[in-house]
Amino acid sequence: MYSLILAILIPFIAAALIPLIHKRIGALHIGWLVLLVPFTLFVIFVIQIPTISNGEQLIQSVNWIPSMGINFTAYLDGLSLIMVLLITGMGSLVVLYSIYYLSSSDSFPHFYAYLLLFMGAMMGAVLSDNLLVLYIFWELTSISSFLLIAFWYHRKNSRYGAQKSLLITVFGGFGMLAGFLMLHSMTGTFSIREIAAVIGQYTEHALFYPAMFLVLLGAFTKSAQFPFHIWLPDAMEAPTPVSAYLHSATMVKAGIYLVARFTPLFGGSAAWFWTVTLVGLVTLFWGAFCAVRQTDLKALLAYSTISQLGLIMSLFGLGSAALHFGDGELGELYGLAIFAALFHMVNHSTFKGALFMVIGIIDHQVGTRDIRRLGGLMSFLPITFTFAVIGSFSMAGLPFFNGFLSKEMFFTATVNATSLPLFGTSAWGLLIPVVAWVASVFTFVYCMIFVFRTFFGTPQLKKLDRKPVEPSIGMLISPAILCVLIVGLFFAPNLLGDHLLKPALNGIIPGIPGAAPHISAWHGFNAELFMTLGIIVIGTVLFLTFRSWYKIYLIQPAGWNFTVLYNSFLKDLKKAANWFTTRYMTGYLPAYFAYTFIFFIVTSGGVLIFTGALSIDLTADSPISFYEGMLAAAMAIAAIAILFAKSRLTAILLNGVLGFSIAIFFVLFRAPDLALTQLVIETVTTALFLLCFNFLPEWTKEDSPKRTKLRNAAIAISGGLTVTLIGLTVNSGKLFDSISGYFEDSYELTGGDNIVNAILGNFRAFDTMLESLVLFIAGLGVYTLIRLKLGKGPKKDEHQ
Amino acid sequence: MNINDVILKTVSKAVVLIILTFGIYLFLSGHNQPGGGFIGGLVIASAFVLMFLSYDSETVSDALPIDFKKLSAFGVLLATLSGVAPMFFGGAFLAQSFGYFDLPIFGKTELATVTIFEAGIALTVIGVVVNIILSISEDE
Repeated sequence: MYSLILAILIPFIAAALIPLIHKRIGALHIGWLVLLVPFTLFVIFVIQIPTISNGEQLIQSVNWIPSMGINFTAYLDGLSLIMVLLITGMGSLVVLYSIYYLSSSDSFPHFYAYLLLFMGAMMGAVLSDNLLVLYIFWELTSISSFLLIAFWYHRKNSRYGAQKSLLITVFGGFGMLAGFLMLHSMTGTFSIREIAAVIGQYTEHALFYPAMFLVLLGAFTKSAQFPFHIWLPDAMEAPTPVSAYLHSATMVKAGIYLVARFTPLFGGSAAWFWTVTLVGLVTLFWGAFCAVRQTDLKALLAYSTISQLGLIMSLFGLGSAALHFGDGELGELYGLAIFAALFHMVNHSTFKGALFMVIGIIDHQVGTRDIRRLGGLMSFLPITFTFAVIGSFSMAGLPFFNGFLSKEMFFTATVNATSLPLFGTSAWGLLIPVVAWVASVFTFVYCMIFVFRTFFGTPQLKKLDRKPVEPSIGMLISPAILCVLIVGLFFAPNLLGDHLLKPALNGIIPGIPGAAPHISAWHGFNAELFMTLGIIVIGTVLFLTFRSWYKIYLIQPAGWNFTVLYNSFLKDLKKAANWFTTRYMTGYLPAYFAYTFIFFIVTSGGVLIFTGALSIDLTADSPISFYEGMLAAAMAIAAIAILFAKSRLTAILLNGVLGFSIAIFFVLFRAPDLALTQLVIETVTTALFLLCFNFLPEWTKEDSPKRTKLRNAAIAISGGLTVTLIGLTVNSGKLFDSISGYFEDSYELTGGDNIVNAILGNFRAFDTMLESLVLFIAGLGVYTLIRLKLGKGPKKDEHQ
Repeated sequence: MNINDVILKTVSKAVVLIILTFGIYLFLSGHNQPGGGFIGGLVIASAFVLMFLSYDSETVSDALPIDFKKLSAFGVLLATLSGVAPMFFGGAFLAQSFGYFDLPIFGKTELATVTIFEAGIALTVIGVVVNIILSISEDE
């Protein structure tokens, strides 16, 4: 019944169980147990393929906060199915690979708990229909990615990379959240499906474009699009299985997924078309251009991932034009771009996953990833070499590998874009295929660098840490499966196209049924084929003459990049925050009280005065009885007397008078619950005071200057005045209807006679729950502060 | 703390029992009478505090092997999970329900899910209060 929601929860439950079972399984590698999770989920979702490809959808919903329209709605359609299969499929392979990759000194429970956390978050993000739930899972992927990048946290670079990725992706996530809230305020719902149904009425709304750009900000930061791409190369400090999984196959695709998911909402408008296409193209070019100069293999792949993500992004941009035309020939023509995007997304996961694993093997077996120290590994690592060739030739878009097919379709889409009769493409349209082609030449060059610099030439065994040999079979299984997929998809692409890509396409551009084409490897002597031939020829020439044109990379001054900008921004931010914090964090308690009270007086008192809410009407009040008057007088006397107390004990006792008087007030007003609570709390507090009494320093009455005294007195009096005025106003001026009528039904609604507890446990249970959480955190805080001091050795209290 | 007060020790043995009973009564009666998770928890905590005051903390810890940090964590978890559970029965987060049942000894009795939530609150309060007082008293 709730199988989808349960599927999302399974990785989280498994992650929570890991620390518990880790110690009990003895010599068995915990990875094998972890492997069961993604693999089972993968099988479960594979079984769903026939249902989904028939055009059905699965929707399951669990109420969360129904009154606010926030429900945990899981929604499985063609698009989310592809994503889930990528997440669980790649997840299985990566876990299998990691079993052999991680060294015994690494903390397995941490690694796999983070990995499962990420898996669950990612599945939640792609399966959620509710925007806020999507956002929560989205940020959870950022956090788990942070934990994984910083897995080797003793390295400075790991921490730097983790922080950078977190700051940039969470920054985008906040923007996205604002966009989601705008969508909600426009349409009144958080459900993506419902918004998609009604968004047509809101295209003229003032919030339409801000919402669009904010959502795109989230997508661009997550998918490492220019200029936010700077976090991805630094994220390569993560263990290689993590890079293969998060930073090429799944998490960075979340932004792509978001763009795909929101294409039905925003697609068809010029702003969406140009923003997504141009950002994608710039990223495609810049990533490919930068990848060529890298000397670290992993950095090379990081830039190549950026570039490929840009390619997919630009395809979604080009394809969004289809929504403008709707069902018809042009709609089908431009819908092809989205089909190509989905196809390339799958292909990219296969070849990039395989390549990362190959690099992991090289790193693991040889001890370096530096291209300048590698070379001639072909004869030492023949199997790994085969994988590398298959992966990188597919990435370069060469025939007999799946990358060729999607690359050709990409060229088709860019060529089609030149004849788009919309959005002013006639003037600049030619730029699209030209940029795409130039970027693809660079793609070809870095793919060749990767294969030939690493595996050909003379081996430099003296520069390597270890003598290169093939790794154990286990490490080769995962890349082998991916390589079989790469080749298999070339020869049978329509198996994928018909069963997975078509239903996904229907989800993105509904109402254009004929857009999904038959994929064929041979498509005649047309522009696309000549573009590919040109890439091979020019690319080979550039690769062979690399040393003579290398100098163009030196034109860009070292200080002119976004990482420098990011670093200096971070430094200035730190400085500013430091400056500001030292101004108000004086470490002096009375000052903090003063700030708190001034804030309270200004905001509450200000509202009271400026909104005209201040109204005092004493006529309807009940008379003050003798006891109430007595008690109030006693409290006032006790409060004033505290100011003149000579010893600490007197002050504490007088404070106790206040507490117990309040309890008696509650008794007088027939509130036994409150009276009881107040009494018990007073008692426990007194016990606490008794315990602390011994350790407190000498009671010294501070002698502050007259001006400070006057200032404090003014604050105190205005604070008291504000509270009094609020109390009187609340009683007289009724701006809203009283809510007490609602609680009169407490017996029928909750079955309880005690209205106070009905409010605490039933009507306002959320408050109570969070309060208990606050209490818990406060308790932990006290414990930690005291233990921390104890832990630092036998340092005695300085006052003893 | 290492005091040897015979009267305090003897009295507290009896009083702790009374306070504990009263605390549990307060907790259970909270649905219809004054009481509830917070007050019940506080009263039970005060019984523990009395034990720690009259005996030294090692003696009590030996006789009463409870990790109060874990207890409070368990309480928060219980309260939260009792809120998640109704989501799987079509209710909202933290929705409560109640019903009347015929039990063997008690006859017609009202059972309400809010008791589980309140139990979570009570455990949190007990754990936190005792934990704070223990931390401070053990800080020499």
